Amino acid sequence: MELLLQAFSWLLTPESWTQQGGALQRLFEHLGVTIGVVALSAGIALPLGVMIGHTRRWTTAVALLAGAARAIPTLGLLTLLGLALGIGLGAPVLALLVLAAPPLLAGAYAGVQAVDPEAVDGARSVGMSEAEIIRSVELPLALPVIVGGIRSATLQVVATATLAAYTSDTGLGRYIFSGLKSRDYPELIAGSLLVIALALLLDGSFALLMKSRSRAPRSDRQTTTIPLERNPS
Amino acid sequence: MTPRTRRFSLVSLAAVAAVTLSACASTGDLDGGDSGDDAIVVGSQDYYSNEIIAEIYAQALEQGGYTVERDLRIGQREVYVEEIENGSIDLFPEYTGPLLQYWVPDTTARLEDDVFTALTEAAPDGLRVLEQSAATDQDAYVVTREFADRYDLATIDDLAKVTEPLTLGGNSEGEDRPNGPKGLAATYGVDVSFTPIEDGGGPLTVKALQDGDIQLAIIYTADPSIEKNDLVALEDTKGLFLASHVVPIASDAIDDGAEEIIDAVSAALTPEGLVALNTESVDDEAPAASIAERWLEDNPLS
Repeated sequence: MELLLQAFSWLLTPESWTQQGGALQRLFEHLGVTIGVVALSAGIALPLGVMIGHTRRWTTAVALLAGAARAIPTLGLLTLLGLALGIGLGAPVLALLVLAAPPLLAGAYAGVQAVDPEAVDGARSVGMSEAEIIRSVELPLALPVIVGGIRSATLQVVATATLAAYTSDTGLGRYIFSGLKSRDYPELIAGSLLVIALALLLDGSFALLMKSRSRAPRSDRQTTTIPLERNPS
Repeated sequence: MTPRTRRFSLVSLAAVAAVTLSACASTGDLDGGDSGDDAIVVGSQDYYSNEIIAEIYAQALEQGGYTVERDLRIGQREVYVEEIENGSIDLFPEYTGPLLQYWVPDTTARLEDDVFTALTEAAPDGLRVLEQSAATDQDAYVVTREFADRYDLATIDDLAKVTEPLTLGGNSEGEDRPNGPKGLAATYGVDVSFTPIEDGGGPLTVKALQDGDIQLAIIYTADPSIEKNDLVALEDTKGLFLASHVVPIASDAIDDGAEEIIDAVSAALTPEGLVALNTESVDDEAPAASIAERWLEDNPLS
């Protein structure tokens, strides 16, 4: 309890935030690494997942691969990559990409695959191209599941981005590593609290986003019907 | 989830539970120091090299007819020193400098004899500091051979000759330690910047040295990687690091006969011998017990 109070007093000290390499700078670094990694990973995993969901090919292989990738210990991978790439931000970013990919991939292909085949067949029978089907039918219907995947990937990455401090002076992980080894537990707890706060903030934003979308089911349905109306028959 | 994957995850859950439980059990042993009245309890740090030394103590005592109980790989100094002080552990291999700094944080002793004398005085009642060994295992500043040759470096003092900016790599807590960048500036007048690498002088640190991302790193002198990677440990002429000799800490349970055996071990253990022991552990991945057994065969104590 006393440690927790000391951690709060650390958090309430302005110098903890403003000094060179202070909490404010590290908070933004941490957020930057998280957003960057999730965006980069989404850029690869989402199109791939959507294609797999749409074609319904290789789903078993990808499901197995994604499941296996989840079991890769990120710290072990980071050490391996670090030995190949040297110190710096490269190795942690790559390791985090591998961490973020499975939930993104799973969300994308599961979401698209779960779209009612009748809706897809209907769209096809009125003459929509495959690209149009993906864009106007499957994606809007799969969106909640895809966003769920992004949400889960973001949560994992923001928590694990503490490892960026393993090989570079980046992010909130520094407080945890140095606090642990020098027995500065208030600093360690303060660093952890900041990571938790950041995780809650990001997850809360996703919750709000999903809630605001599900509150407007009508507009969802419209996006799927509009193309049918302008279909040249 | 298919039945097969469910069964698989049940199995892995059971495995995790078993590991966790056994971990609990081994810490539980610590508290129950009522282990057969006349057994000598030997402990060690959670550091492979320290475990080997503890194993040598234990086997040497057993050869001398003593009953020994092992409480090895306990943890770091903050955890086990209490166990030694309250009598749960009777014999523990330690290092003079770091232990002195633990008991007397503001000590000014640096050289081996001063540190040993100060440590003997600092030991709490009921604990004895036995004779220190010639073997040392201490922090040192290391550079690559190529870097040392380029600037003709042998001591830390020589770093003043280096014309390019210097970066020190090491665990992040090192940035604020007295032997970190601040100590280098205060004691030697050498200015360095700092990059955290959190593997305690392990392979990532060595890689960073070889890549030139850092020029200086702190690595233990008894670490086989110094020789294997052709690194050069710079001599600490002004005592930035405390001398750190292997030294046994003993309780009253160690009688004269046992002390004689342990003194003989300390006398036979050389700095090179300690590196050789560590190499067997790191390169051959031999267990501590068999490394210790081999060492005792090669170094008969009587």
